[in-house]
Amino acid sequence: MKAEQQYIDLFSQYEAMICRNSADALNALRAKAFADFEKNGFPTRKVEKYRYMDVEKFFAPNYGLNLNRLDIPVNPYEVFKCDVPNLSTMLYFVVNDSFYVKNSPTGHLPEGVVFCGLKEAAGKYPELVKRYYGKLADTGEDGIAAFNTMFAQDGVFMYIPDSVELAKPIQLVNILRADVNFMVNRRIVIVLGKGAQAKFLVCDHAMDEVNFLSTQVIEAFVGEGASFDLYELEETHNTTVRFSNLYVYQETNSRVVLNGMTLHNGTTRNSVEVTLGGKGAEVGLYGMAIADRDEQVDNYTFIDHKVSDCTSNELFKYVLDDRAVGAFSGKVLVREGAQHTVSQQTNRNICATKEARMYTQPQLEIYADDVKCSHGATVGQLDENALFYMQQRGIPLKEARLLLMFAFVNEVIDNVRMDVLKERLHRLIEKRFRGELNKCQGCAICK
Amino acid sequence: MLEIKDLHATINGKEILKGINLTVKSGEVHAIMGPNGSGKSTLSNVLVGHPAYEVTKGTVTFDGKDLLSLSAADRSHEGLFLSFQYPVEIPGVSMVNFMRTAVNEQRKYRGLPALTASEFLKLMRKKREIVELDSKLANRSVNEGFSGGEKKRNEIFQMAMLEPKLSILDETDSGLDIDALRIVAEGVNKLKTPETSCIVITHYQRLLDYIKPDVVHVLYKGRIVKTAGPELALELEAKGYDWIKKELGE
Repeated sequence: MKAEQQYIDLFSQYEAMICRNSADALNALRAKAFADFEKNGFPTRKVEKYRYMDVEKFFAPNYGLNLNRLDIPVNPYEVFKCDVPNLSTMLYFVVNDSFYVKNSPTGHLPEGVVFCGLKEAAGKYPELVKRYYGKLADTGEDGIAAFNTMFAQDGVFMYIPDSVELAKPIQLVNILRADVNFMVNRRIVIVLGKGAQAKFLVCDHAMDEVNFLSTQVIEAFVGEGASFDLYELEETHNTTVRFSNLYVYQETNSRVVLNGMTLHNGTTRNSVEVTLGGKGAEVGLYGMAIADRDEQVDNYTFIDHKVSDCTSNELFKYVLDDRAVGAFSGKVLVREGAQHTVSQQTNRNICATKEARMYTQPQLEIYADDVKCSHGATVGQLDENALFYMQQRGIPLKEARLLLMFAFVNEVIDNVRMDVLKERLHRLIEKRFRGELNKCQGCAICK
Repeated sequence: MLEIKDLHATINGKEILKGINLTVKSGEVHAIMGPNGSGKSTLSNVLVGHPAYEVTKGTVTFDGKDLLSLSAADRSHEGLFLSFQYPVEIPGVSMVNFMRTAVNEQRKYRGLPALTASEFLKLMRKKREIVELDSKLANRSVNEGFSGGEKKRNEIFQMAMLEPKLSILDETDSGLDIDALRIVAEGVNKLKTPETSCIVITHYQRLLDYIKPDVVHVLYKGRIVKTAGPELALELEAKGYDWIKKELGE
């Protein structure tokens, strides 16, 4: 419990300042989160779902925190100039954890839709935010959720009322910006009413090569018959550490696509927990990681089939080069009475070198007897026969490897339901494999 | 065009080729026959630079160049083509993307500009007709889910796209029905010019009914033990290999 103490001290000393610079809805849960954190600390490797991650190590160093909410000068519109026609999204920026005040997306959101800073939303719609904030992220159950709930002061709030469809996807660009080693605790709450439809793209970037540590908790509530796509794209520096917990609750007949792509990073831990709470709910949970050098990507997923007639489809693919380390741990729980569940989980990985390592752990727990569930995991190398076949046709080895790796991850990109994004991803991934994306270059997706 | 001198090659330390000598001139068709395990496929693999084989002795010159010093891709760029006995399936790589990369890499090697998308598609359409390859197959992943016949037709289609100087057909007739055999063989004949040559590896006379060889060789235990005109293939079809083994004193 060494790393914990400095945060316990920090919280005890600055609690008043943290609260003063946040909002009631967020402050209301801090005491409970603090008690849980004091009791449990950071998750150790003994906690099954954190088996492949030494959490404490990443929190041990000293990071600056901006608890007093000083304005960090940056103009994202300057830094992230789009020099080709953009993705035709509603584009917003978050700097560290603050909603950028001068956001000026092109176009208008439909009436009743709220998309703004979380602190601002908690002031304007306190009841709405209170109804949802912290309802999925259980601080007693998860150390990262507790930590984030203790320190989070702001973030983003998204609310789509019943039957409202967003014509354009919303794109949120998270920018990590600091001159010293820095910690950011960001919180996002998403609510879709009955029959609402929205697509949300979140791009994570680090502007500076200082040591960043970011924790992020996203809670998404998807109403009856609603349709929601969430694409998360990380493209940061080797000096960035990311802990992200995504919680999704789905009502009857809702359709959700979640796709997390790690293109370039330092150390990444993504946890996704989906609760299929209403009959006929459907989730597609996809992920992709391209890692080299000493990068580390750890994805944990948990799909809870609580009721009958729900479908989950899961596909994660990793390409690991150099000394990169990947982990995938995927749990599917089919509860008693969750009959007619259809669940499929696939994890495929390529280790391009002898030093690259992949850990994969599918876990299925099934307590219903009329279900269709399958899972599969493979770790392998590029197909030598295919490589030779291509070379015989005049494709040099390097190019042939690239084509194969590209084909390998393509399956994940095929599940993106935004055509323009798909195209950009193809270009971006090609650049990544060619080694032209050596560090975060800003939001290359919108360039 | 191709000159092989005293070629020895091993796989996993086991010697398969034990001194091959073979000369193929421009415009010629050579057939290589021989019992199973005599080294026919090894010879074709060694020529195109398969990494599993090691050349321990001998030389191969191709159009005056030292073939063995070139990478597999550069051997292709120089005009060497192998129609695989077992074409490889490559899931996720489309035929279009695969062929465009191959054609443009060849053009780059020869100092030519890359084809534009429309030039390339036009070329594909034209060449597809030679082997009556369905346009739907061109949009699929390389060889994935192709029938045996479609795979072999696809090999000849690729040959048409790359216009090699020397093509090696490794048991291209295996697994083909009569109609597919005719289409494939006619495709090969349409691509034939006085400047291009062909090595046909086969067990059966029937392919040679369509692709007429100028010279027939028998490969046995890693050496060429007999060379004659097209009548040799007919004789083998009628009598098998025993008489040759007897001639060798076995």
